[in-house]
Amino acid sequence: MNQDAQYRIMSALVENKPGVLYRISNLIRRKSFNIESIAVGPAEVPGVSRMTFTMFSDHARFDQVMKNIDGLVDVRSVEPLEERNATVRELALVKFAPGAPVTRPEVTSFLETFRANIVDLSTDTLTAEISGDPDKINAFVNLARNFGLKKVARTGAAALPREMITER
Amino acid sequence: MSGAQAVVEALLREGVEAVFGYPGGANMPIYDALYDFHSSKYTPLNENGFRHILARHEQSAAHMADGYARVSGKVGVCMATSGPGATNLLTGLATAYMDSSPVVAITGQVPSYMVGTDAFQEIDIVGMATSVTKYTFQPLRVRDVPYSVKAAFYLATTRRPQPVLIDIPKDVQQNEDEVEFPERVDFPNYQPVPDPDPVVIKTISRAILSAERPVILAGGGVKNANAYQELQALAELLVAPVVTSFMGKGAFPENHPLSLGCMGMHGSRRTNNIIPECDVLLVVGSRFSDRTTGKMEKFAPNTKVIHVDIDKAEIGKNHKLPVVSLVADAKKALQALILEIEAGKLSGERDTWVKHAQEIAVMARTEHDGNGHYLSGVETVKMLRRFLPAKAIVTTEVGQHQMWCEQHFKVIEPRTFLSSGGLGTMGFGFPAALGAKVARPDLPVFDIAGDGSFLMTENSLATSVEEDIPVTVVVLNNRMLGMVAQWQRYFYNRRYSAVHLGKSPDFVKLAQSYGAEGVRVETLLDLENALNKAMHSPVTTVVDVPISPEEDVLPMLPPGAGLKEMIVG
Repeated sequence: MNQDAQYRIMSALVENKPGVLYRISNLIRRKSFNIESIAVGPAEVPGVSRMTFTMFSDHARFDQVMKNIDGLVDVRSVEPLEERNATVRELALVKFAPGAPVTRPEVTSFLETFRANIVDLSTDTLTAEISGDPDKINAFVNLARNFGLKKVARTGAAALPREMITER
Repeated sequence: MSGAQAVVEALLREGVEAVFGYPGGANMPIYDALYDFHSSKYTPLNENGFRHILARHEQSAAHMADGYARVSGKVGVCMATSGPGATNLLTGLATAYMDSSPVVAITGQVPSYMVGTDAFQEIDIVGMATSVTKYTFQPLRVRDVPYSVKAAFYLATTRRPQPVLIDIPKDVQQNEDEVEFPERVDFPNYQPVPDPDPVVIKTISRAILSAERPVILAGGGVKNANAYQELQALAELLVAPVVTSFMGKGAFPENHPLSLGCMGMHGSRRTNNIIPECDVLLVVGSRFSDRTTGKMEKFAPNTKVIHVDIDKAEIGKNHKLPVVSLVADAKKALQALILEIEAGKLSGERDTWVKHAQEIAVMARTEHDGNGHYLSGVETVKMLRRFLPAKAIVTTEVGQHQMWCEQHFKVIEPRTFLSSGGLGTMGFGFPAALGAKVARPDLPVFDIAGDGSFLMTENSLATSVEEDIPVTVVVLNNRMLGMVAQWQRYFYNRRYSAVHLGKSPDFVKLAQSYGAEGVRVETLLDLENALNKAMHSPVTTVVDVPISPEEDVLPMLPPGAGLKEMIVG
């Protein structure tokens, strides 16, 4: 791997058919990439899904696997997204079980700092939702370990390119 | 109509002449439909409908289909049942995938309501075949069957040819439904490769016209595009020497004055040496395989490389920085280049280079000629070239004999040389020869084999005899896994590990036990007589040619070495 290795994001528009995700992820695996995250959901056109892949790679290998994916029969288009030119968001659900020495108010104050919302409460636990770019989620999850973190579910990054701001 | 009948009908509509297969529990409805078909319940489109050829192992069925496809340029069809039948196909599909050959495989699957239950002979063949196919289908309704077949043929043969798998659950084969046979299929995201960009053609043409020392490197893509004439026309127009990769062998007549033969691991030393010397290298339909280039950093560091390929993903994959690249069909690209170059003017001074190249061509052609008297691997291959008509089809297995063919079997006519170059599948040659013979019953077909490789699929002798598909197998028998032994000799200090095959079997008796002819030869004269007899025999002949276990394939590019660093001997 070359020196320019970093986390890179790829956005693919694909037919929503059985086996498409398998074919793409299998191709990525075949080229020895570890997928950091995948987010998949229906896109703006019926029957078409948008997949967002994050993986750690240098530019050349990333470019190569993108060309391979673009060649697949069910792939409409694929593009790289650079973080500074894209909106990247991820959602995480994090369950806390605060207990001595952490108190529940300490947890809620921590959540407020991150603008996380409480979405489920029980006598012993609370679940918060947080969204933001993956760095923010990473920071949140890391700090949450000091506040009685029990479980984490992350969606993986979804991303869209930013548009140029045009003057009117 | 049942799903099984729809399969047969769809194959007929594709103009299929032959299907290579093996029945089993999960594809019995298809075989039952074939029974109907052979008792003329159907009116076949072509005179005799299609033949079913019973393989003796599904891997061989896939190689037969592959051999058929490589010789005819049409889709080769193979069939197998679920589970082990399907997994046995995989090596054959992988072979076709690596060498870009249009094979369609039809597998039976357990009934759809049992999929996922680990039923008897259930295997996830769609998942397993994904890495070695362009696409897979699993029709779950009878009415989807004709579309799947039509689409499989379309996908297998368009853009870069590659295998496609259709996995049909048994209940889908059995059920009845109204079916329609589509005239065409539509894949909006999968379009034909566009015509060559005229701007890029101009750029390439300028680079070639101003080159002083141009060389053309042709790969298998030229053969797949049937661009034989175009390649020759361009080479002659430019008076540029032509080198091929192993897969490109035969893309350019190897007896042509501009042919420098094959380059690469066992290419000619002088041919390999010329690559770093040329100033412009036009690469058409080659993927810069490591076996072709040697160490990439030393491949052609100061050469302007122009890469034309039908597959966008090949551009920049192995050769990182072609100066110009063009994604196009080889035939169309060469046609456009010829038009453009005819209009231009050669500006570089070429005479010295052309003279140099032609001297090299002559030397490369005779570079490793032996003394010509005793029965060796090399002499056998050279004898075969002298003996066989230019149109005869030759297949090889994998190993030393294959590389002797690369060096000494000069291919002259299109689609007459078949070998597993990408995957390197031992056992490919014999079944591929049978497939080739089915495609071209009018031509003599020879499998040049090693004793190790031939044993991997020798049971296809039964198919060859029972189905009346006569070919000749020439076994270069050194009682060794010769190529592995050679590497152990050079790179492992002569520690021969697990390479001695011994004297078993007796290939003459083996052939005879199948009802084929078997003959052992002791001299070159014997060999010539045996070949003569074999070529006119109505049954397959196995010619056992005992050779020395110490004979090397030379020259040789050690793994990781640059093109100019060949071991000569």
